Amino acid sequence: MPKTPIRFTLNGAETGVFANSGANLLDVLRREAGDLTPKQGCAQGGCGACSVMIDGELHLACLTLAETAEGRRIDTVASLETGARLHPLQKAFAEGFAAQCGFCSPGMIMAAKALLDTTPNPTREQVAEAISGNLCRCTGYEPIINAILTAAAELRGRGAA
Amino acid sequence: MALHTGRGFACINYPIGMNLGGDPSQALVHSTPDGKFKVTLSAIDLGQGMKSVTRQIAAEALGVPIADVYVDTADSDTGPHDMGSFASRGTHRMGNAVIRAATEARRAMLEAAAEELEVNAADLETDGKGNIHVKGAPSRSITVEDTAVAAQFNQGRTLAGRGIFLIPPSEANADTGEMSPVTTFAHAALVVDLTVDDETGEVSVQQINSAYEVGRALNARLVEQQLIGGAWMGVSHALYETTEPYYPARDHMPGDFVEYLQPGPGQVADHHIAILERPAEDGPYGGKGPGEMCANPVIPAVANAVYNAVGVRCDSLPITPEKILRGIKANGGARPQGKF
Repeated sequence: MPKTPIRFTLNGAETGVFANSGANLLDVLRREAGDLTPKQGCAQGGCGACSVMIDGELHLACLTLAETAEGRRIDTVASLETGARLHPLQKAFAEGFAAQCGFCSPGMIMAAKALLDTTPNPTREQVAEAISGNLCRCTGYEPIINAILTAAAELRGRGAA
Repeated sequence: MALHTGRGFACINYPIGMNLGGDPSQALVHSTPDGKFKVTLSAIDLGQGMKSVTRQIAAEALGVPIADVYVDTADSDTGPHDMGSFASRGTHRMGNAVIRAATEARRAMLEAAAEELEVNAADLETDGKGNIHVKGAPSRSITVEDTAVAAQFNQGRTLAGRGIFLIPPSEANADTGEMSPVTTFAHAALVVDLTVDDETGEVSVQQINSAYEVGRALNARLVEQQLIGGAWMGVSHALYETTEPYYPARDHMPGDFVEYLQPGPGQVADHHIAILERPAEDGPYGGKGPGEMCANPVIPAVANAVYNAVGVRCDSLPITPEKILRGIKANGGARPQGKF
């Protein structure tokens, strides 16, 4: 199969891969770039587990042609952690029991990040809408919504400080 | 056309585990050379928290810090025998097996420590922080790590234990059918408030109030989270989910996550939970296990609330708008059954 060289910035690091032509970005991130944090749930855009940011915008990696990532900035949930310090979203998910099996968490957190980047003080309804493309089978969503609201409050506090 | 409010109630006695074949679970516990402990199980953590709760149980029974215990659920090729993660049996069956294995490993640990300290093992106790000392004389102590090293390199001894939990098999009496299907029941009572639109047949769950009796809640936050998530699944079973087609042809069945209906994050109802603790006599530290009963009472409560709202008794799941509208039509209109 012909290979296509693709270069992009993954979680701040210059990254180059040889991807199968026509491969989707999720496969390239997981298999070629070795970032296993975006998950493959349905591989057809229905579950949101593969959500990543491309140039700061939320995208479904499974529906993104890898070649279109050339020269762009891709951030997965792995970009949020700095050393041993968890991002407020990750901390709120962990402390708020917003995960059981955890498979949806990387996509949920990226969907939440995309919301909070533009809407630092969201309503409960805005949070529900922001994660409405992400399926969770374990938690009943309520702990996830609460965790996102908790993280939003902490991020606002930091901004004020 | 109108929105009708309805309230439904359900309560359940839920059996923990099963009986046939004795429902065995096995656990193995052994120390690593640096004094940490590994618990080996074959049952699987599906996200319900079995690893967390068996880790807590092992740490408690061993008398060591929880950070020094690892749980490996391995697989059925390499682990000890287990019936599996089902029937709400995890905490109860595996927990009991882990206590037994950890208790045997603790005995070996105290014997090894006793040899190093030149005292009687019966005079030793653990502080739960990684130390073993003589009762009443904390200065006569040895760390768990040094004990494990001594056992490994000086004494030629393993700090290990085996545990199995097996309930007495109960065959049905051929004449009466009588048997003891379970050893422990958990209990729940649940009230659902919802609205039914008599024009569209759409149901919207507004609020859930519940009380769950789970023995001792060994990890209260995990229990609460399991109950919240499980109730959501109960609502989903009651009103949305089916692999059967809604309409005549089989090819209308849902083929993927997009078509398989479930309530989304915008349809979450407030859920107020009271967790009642009545420790089970044969449970690990009194624990039973929430398991499947998180979802079970929600379904009859929703069915009863729909009946209360519009007088339609649905006897198959899910309770779809179509079934409600057909019922309303058959009754010649919505028949609210009165307010509670």
